[in-house]
Amino acid sequence: MVRNPSANREQFRPHDHPNDSFLLTTVVGSYPKPKWLNRADELVEDPDSKFDESDLAEAHDDACRLITHEHERAGLDTVVDGEMRRNEMVEFFAERIDGYEFNGPVKVWGHNYFDKPSVVEEVEYDEPWLVDEFEFTTNVAERPVKVPITGPYTLGFWAFNEAYPSTEELVYDLADLVNEEVEKLVEAGARYIQIDEPALATTPEDHAIVGEALDRIVSGIDEDVRIGLHVCYGDYSRIYPEINDFPIDEFDVELCNGDYEQIPTFEDPEFEPDLALGVVDAHTAEVEPVEEIKANIRQGLRVVPPEKLTISPDCGLKLLPREIAYGKTENMVEAARQVEAEIDAGEIDLDAPLADD
Amino acid sequence: MTERVAATPGIYPLPDWAKGTLSDLKGHQKGDLLSGDEEGEITETYDEVRAEFVDDQLEAGLDRVAEGQARWDDMIAHPLTVHESVETGGIVRYYDNNNFYRDPRVVDDLDFSGDVAGELEAAADLIDGVNAGDAPLAATLPGPYSLADLATDEHYGDDAEFQAAIADFLAGELEAFPAHETLFLLEPSLVTNPPADGTEERATDAIATVAAATDADVVVQTFYGALDEKLYAHLVDEADADALGLDLVAGDREDTVYNVQEYGATDSVALGLVDGQNTLVEEPETVAERVEWFEGQAPAADFETTYLTPNTELFYLPENKYRAKLSALAAATEVLE
Repeated sequence: MVRNPSANREQFRPHDHPNDSFLLTTVVGSYPKPKWLNRADELVEDPDSKFDESDLAEAHDDACRLITHEHERAGLDTVVDGEMRRNEMVEFFAERIDGYEFNGPVKVWGHNYFDKPSVVEEVEYDEPWLVDEFEFTTNVAERPVKVPITGPYTLGFWAFNEAYPSTEELVYDLADLVNEEVEKLVEAGARYIQIDEPALATTPEDHAIVGEALDRIVSGIDEDVRIGLHVCYGDYSRIYPEINDFPIDEFDVELCNGDYEQIPTFEDPEFEPDLALGVVDAHTAEVEPVEEIKANIRQGLRVVPPEKLTISPDCGLKLLPREIAYGKTENMVEAARQVEAEIDAGEIDLDAPLADD
Repeated sequence: MTERVAATPGIYPLPDWAKGTLSDLKGHQKGDLLSGDEEGEITETYDEVRAEFVDDQLEAGLDRVAEGQARWDDMIAHPLTVHESVETGGIVRYYDNNNFYRDPRVVDDLDFSGDVAGELEAAADLIDGVNAGDAPLAATLPGPYSLADLATDEHYGDDAEFQAAIADFLAGELEAFPAHETLFLLEPSLVTNPPADGTEERATDAIATVAAATDADVVVQTFYGALDEKLYAHLVDEADADALGLDLVAGDREDTVYNVQEYGATDSVALGLVDGQNTLVEEPETVAERVEWFEGQAPAADFETTYLTPNTELFYLPENKYRAKLSALAAATEVLE
């Protein structure tokens, strides 16, 4: 069943928050890398270059500092480092988990490839995956830091399974490792964890496996830690209302891309976790105006009251030009603050949030 | 005495060097994919890849050599996506995989194209150059049922007519092929999205239309699991296939054995024995045991030929594992000798 989101939400309200209402603003995670960082990634591979791994580590630190501050400048209540250290959402973790090996890229479509790893023996936890980067980011950030982690279902099903009798069993072992990582992050001070499970969108009939994996992930995690789940680009009616049984505080959805056609799915039965609603499109290179985003936010109010509504982009923004990603984030926060003020002023009918005031 | 033949329907992964070269030459976006009129460096690169594929297969010791279909950006939808009467729509999911192809929207009569014949001519020349018929050419086409299933009809306006038009189109392409020993018709949709009750014969008729256009042995390769039993019976009786290809890796292989025991089999059979979607490489002995396990349960006398094949195309794999799978198949025939 759902965790207790009201027990952990208020800690993210900034001290100088201007309104009584509080729509928690956040991001899904990834953000465009500065061009020089991509160059640095290439340079370290060049045997003729003096640029080495320690130089690259410094470049990653610089980029994380830069993007964390960029998120703060945009006004976000909770920030991420933009995943500057990560290459790809499965590869990054597979490199850190014992039991995976890489054989080379495989085709996704056309000339787009993915270094799909193979699980060749039982997966095991070795060194922490994200604790160092969390500690770095939280030290440079003035706002609370959210930590996105690729979920065990995606880590299992987007790999070749050579070692386990079924991929479901692999997923449960991976979930235990994610639990270990979350415990270490919490020990280091993290209070906002987001599990990313894009693979669920392609095989929604497996929602029970994801539910069981989440039970393992949150085992022993106090309720002052906020656990979100992000699933994007799918037919949510195939996993709703089942997600109401997931042990999460927040469910993060991508609906702007589909113009909120799927919102009615979540209206009945009652939505139990907090709703983190995508209000800007991650795949259009135009910054949505504040007024348009405010209308999108109202769509979320059809599903949950303001105290259960979190505002976020549809998905990671990494494929956009950086100035567009920034513009979307800044306008998103501005729109949230304006909607809060309108709620405070009684200008939005929470029973009919789309109605003109 | 059953002849054991190690063969694949191709659709191999590009070598890593060609992944880089071709994405640089063509680009990464939907509009950059092959339209069939490529030239210059792109053509030269595909020629090099084709030669490498032929070498890979001869080195592994396969009994048939496939062209490898490096050009098939859209996997088995390729013969349509490069056709002049087809417009390519959005990127859509390729069966239940994390792979995508361009939706082929058929907007005009499907007349002769010759695209696949062209690449097979090139492969036949390569094979002639390096061996004296030990490992003859195997051609590959999508089966008409699957190709119609993957496409969108915006011209014929009727499902039956559309499927028949696709079958006629494929038969026309096939007539232009150079000499080939075996034809693989890939029909995964028969498993994943089988014909509605009562329309099985339409599907088998379409397959028979294509099969009639070649003198080669025709293998109707099904995959992604076991066939429904009623459809299986129709295919054995009506599709004019020399061999039905059966997936012994995905799904429940007991269902497949049940079908064979209950409804008999084609004179020859193709067995999907190595997993085209997993990097775990099967031992040749394991592959051989699977052949004997299957043949031992088939009630009829010996099959004329048992084709040892991967259960799917091989493009899902990284290049080192694709080569290892070819070797496993070839080595398994030696274990069985």
